[in-house]
Amino acid sequence: MAPAAFIQTTEKYVNPMSNHSINFIYLVSATLFMLGIKYLSSPRTAKRGNILSMIGMAAAIGTTMATPGLHGFTLIITGMIIGAVIGGYTAIKIKMTAMPEMVALFNGCGGAASALVALAEFQSNTGGLDSFTLTTLLLSLIIGGLTFTGSLMAYAKLQGLIPTRPVTYPGQQVVNGIIVLATVALSWFLFQNPTSILALSGIIILSLGLGVLAVIPIGGADMPVIICLLNSYSGLAVSMTGFALKNNALIITGSLVGASGIFLTKIMCDAMNRSLSNVLFSAFGQVVESTDDSEEGPTGSMKGFEVEDVATILTNAGSLIIVPGYGMAAAQAQHATRELGDYLGDQGVEVRYAIHPVAGRMPGHMNVLLAEADVPYEQLFALEDINDDFSSTDVVLVIGANDVVNPAAKSNPSSPIYGMPVLDVEKATTVIVLKRSMSVGFAGIENELFYKDNTMMLFGDAKSSLQKLVAAMK
Amino acid sequence: MDTGTIIIGLTIFVLACFAGAELIAKVPPTLHTPLMSGSNAISGIAILGALLATGYPESFSSVSALGFLAVIFASINVVGGYMVTHRMLQMFKK
Repeated sequence: MAPAAFIQTTEKYVNPMSNHSINFIYLVSATLFMLGIKYLSSPRTAKRGNILSMIGMAAAIGTTMATPGLHGFTLIITGMIIGAVIGGYTAIKIKMTAMPEMVALFNGCGGAASALVALAEFQSNTGGLDSFTLTTLLLSLIIGGLTFTGSLMAYAKLQGLIPTRPVTYPGQQVVNGIIVLATVALSWFLFQNPTSILALSGIIILSLGLGVLAVIPIGGADMPVIICLLNSYSGLAVSMTGFALKNNALIITGSLVGASGIFLTKIMCDAMNRSLSNVLFSAFGQVVESTDDSEEGPTGSMKGFEVEDVATILTNAGSLIIVPGYGMAAAQAQHATRELGDYLGDQGVEVRYAIHPVAGRMPGHMNVLLAEADVPYEQLFALEDINDDFSSTDVVLVIGANDVVNPAAKSNPSSPIYGMPVLDVEKATTVIVLKRSMSVGFAGIENELFYKDNTMMLFGDAKSSLQKLVAAMK
Repeated sequence: MDTGTIIIGLTIFVLACFAGAELIAKVPPTLHTPLMSGSNAISGIAILGALLATGYPESFSSVSALGFLAVIFASINVVGGYMVTHRMLQMFKK
């Protein structure tokens, strides 16, 4: 029962002499990972943090490679090169606007890696595992597997490869429930018959299936929450692998990732005033409810304006708040947005940006895009910091945002988004909305903002609308 | 696995969860995307298990084949995750 036993990492590979030095390097790595996150508390130090984290990873990998008795280096290095080329190439090529799906994809790879490591461990110890190791390996296999397919589904939804709308069918939750129960039953069976390949295969198939079926009913607009949650799952899977391998580096790192994923998930849910179970199970945004159930719909009519009219309003403004949404990302309009903001800023207009926590498809999505376009982050304001200022602002420019500026969230208790904190853009003197078409937003609900008297709609692709506006003002 | 080992493992896990939560709560919303991709990159630490699984067997076997696949997936995760994070953070540098 000596506690020191835990210090022996993967003792079956390594002679005890070198264990302590390996574990010490792992501790250094874990510290560097934590410092990496600590330095993310300010944009000025963030880059340094990422580099520290990279050093930690390199040290952990290097030490593990130096484990006495390890062979198969050709195979190991081939695998690392293949992975590095694929990962590196996509990381360089990917457009900033496609960042959410990229993170989902990388995350899926992490889940797959954990599941495969667990499976390899099963293979090398068939029948000889104690119940704690078996439990953690099974958890790693199941969580890793469903993270893999779940992330692929999130990727496919965000890329538009499959419908972004929630896909539902009768008895969906019963089916998912049965799959969970079947997985538990098979795991129990595996405990009694540790050599059963059939049970193991069944568990793998069920966990992969669960990842697909759990993400299918979730709409595109809820993907930020799902990506965060899957991120936390991949961390959990890593921790479980760490328990089974008695590897401190994996346990610590996995719990860091797990905590970060859960934290971001909570922020996203709070920002929408919805519970996690509501996000996961309600197929939000699927039903476009029949609007004529005595509930009065938006009154008035949408007023489409010409570029020149809008440009005049903008040039006469003293203060402007720009509210970007997913439409800005979809139209790749972040640079055009910055151009307009800069031009008006040079004319003496006070220009600020209001960032809703769930604008876009990932936490901080808008911040990254605006940073890419060189908008100084001092001009970006979070919802709670700017919401009181709309009433004293001349013009608000909404670029491809919809649900996050929908006043129904405050005024209409029957609205699906009722209670969600929204930006009070309608309090400004004039609201200009750049929108591709008259259609409803991702939540599938009407937005009365578009019908208000002080709202001017400018239909068309956000990027070209912005470019036309700048041209018209000059 | 003996109970002492399990308890120490759980202790490390719980303490790391709290440490992680404290650190992460201080990250401003502006940097939430890099936080996500950065923490995503470190979850590729599963590569350590993958290396051992690949390199442990004396000769090529089903274990090293699984390990090899795991090495590929984990490398994609690590390299892709760090590079994407680096690319993003470079934009914040002003």
